[in-house]
Amino acid sequence: MSAEIWQITWFTICVASISTLLIFPFGVGLALLLARRNWPGKSVVETLVALPLVIPPVATGLLLLKLLGNRGPLGEFFERHFGIEIAFTWRAVVIATAIMSMPLLVRTARVAFEGVNPRLEQVAHTLGAGRWRVFFSITLPLASRGLIAGALLAFARALGEFGATIMVAGYIPGETATLSLSIYHLVQLGRDGEALTLLMISLAIAFGAVWISESILRKQRK
Amino acid sequence: MNLVLRKVQLPLAHFTLEIDLALTARATAVFGPSGSGKTTLLELIAGIRRPSSGSIALDDTVLVDTTNRARFVKPQHRAIGFLPQEGALFPPLTVDQNLRYGYAPEARLQNGLSFEHVTEILEIQALTARGVGALSGGEQQRVALGRVLLSSPRLLLLDEPLAGLDTALKERLMPYLQRVRDVFNIPMIYVTHAADEVMALCDEVVVLESGRVTGHGPPGQFFEVSEQPRYRLRGAVKANRKTTD
Repeated sequence: MSAEIWQITWFTICVASISTLLIFPFGVGLALLLARRNWPGKSVVETLVALPLVIPPVATGLLLLKLLGNRGPLGEFFERHFGIEIAFTWRAVVIATAIMSMPLLVRTARVAFEGVNPRLEQVAHTLGAGRWRVFFSITLPLASRGLIAGALLAFARALGEFGATIMVAGYIPGETATLSLSIYHLVQLGRDGEALTLLMISLAIAFGAVWISESILRKQRK
Repeated sequence: MNLVLRKVQLPLAHFTLEIDLALTARATAVFGPSGSGKTTLLELIAGIRRPSSGSIALDDTVLVDTTNRARFVKPQHRAIGFLPQEGALFPPLTVDQNLRYGYAPEARLQNGLSFEHVTEILEIQALTARGVGALSGGEQQRVALGRVLLSSPRLLLLDEPLAGLDTALKERLMPYLQRVRDVFNIPMIYVTHAADEVMALCDEVVVLESGRVTGHGPPGQFFEVSEQPRYRLRGAVKANRKTTD
């Protein structure tokens, strides 16, 4: 395997992992709030979170570019106050994949939390347990299968993200080139052989990720 | 025990629960048809639900009072044990972990509710290493009863604890409930729609219909011994039957 292909693969895995880790606590927290509480603005947040599922990824990418670009409100803020550039760097890839995979995590986690019988939590309270103890001893273990599945889906979605990433991060070899961006680029250049290699790698990683998660779930069921 | 519910109201799907009641008996039955608000009443006392108006006080403690700056004691601070119909054991935990969930040994020395004593009385010592899924229906209810007792409640709320079980199992479990009443001396409120359970366990009956108390007094005031025969399995059939407990 050439150094370039190795670098692209490693970069994609890193970006997908960082993006999944980044959204996991927020996604799980939001899913819990959506599953268990009624609060003002809940339906607006629900819709916003689901939006990346239904609007074209390129449109999400354009929106992100307008926000995070050098002249965008967020991009300008980060550059002025922290000296950090976001658009067309690896950070933009992480943000794009995070936003695009967030709905899958939130939806799966929400279903997992809704599947936990609230009676168990109520009884745990009457036995003297506070909110955090109930969450960590009852709710989280019972929802864990769904949370793992949600994280895995988000990771897989992040691996394959294309539309939003190309808009906000572009294709910069060694800087923002993920597996999917590279496959597209190589096919454009007529380098089908290398594109096929990357395709096989994508398949292998996705297969591995699903296989590992299934084994975790099987163990938990026993 | 002195439990006082003053002008407690809570709108439900088909009626508004309206309760004005003072309970002092060792074991009180809340008796009534399905959907009359019995479980909701227990949930209000346990703190799982809040009334839309009214107050509830147990002995010297005001648990909830909508007029007094909306005072509300959270369920985890009430020391009121709640045993729902389905037992609600925690599946991620073993029987031992379930039993110890609300158990603080140092606080229990005062009232004699030790882990060993409770598991012995309920005959569940041999089950502690098991997972919750490996228990039969009757074992689950005994473990759930043990768990709630070990949390040292000052009041025990039992929501049809025998409802999902067959007749033979009910008859086997009733003595455990009587032992809890007599040995541990914890006042209990027992929701049921089975008259024989009321007669076997309770000193007082509250009749609840469509969210209102329509009767309150000793069991003899509401029930009489029926002449109707009760059917049992014949000996031969019973011997062949696989026990579920």
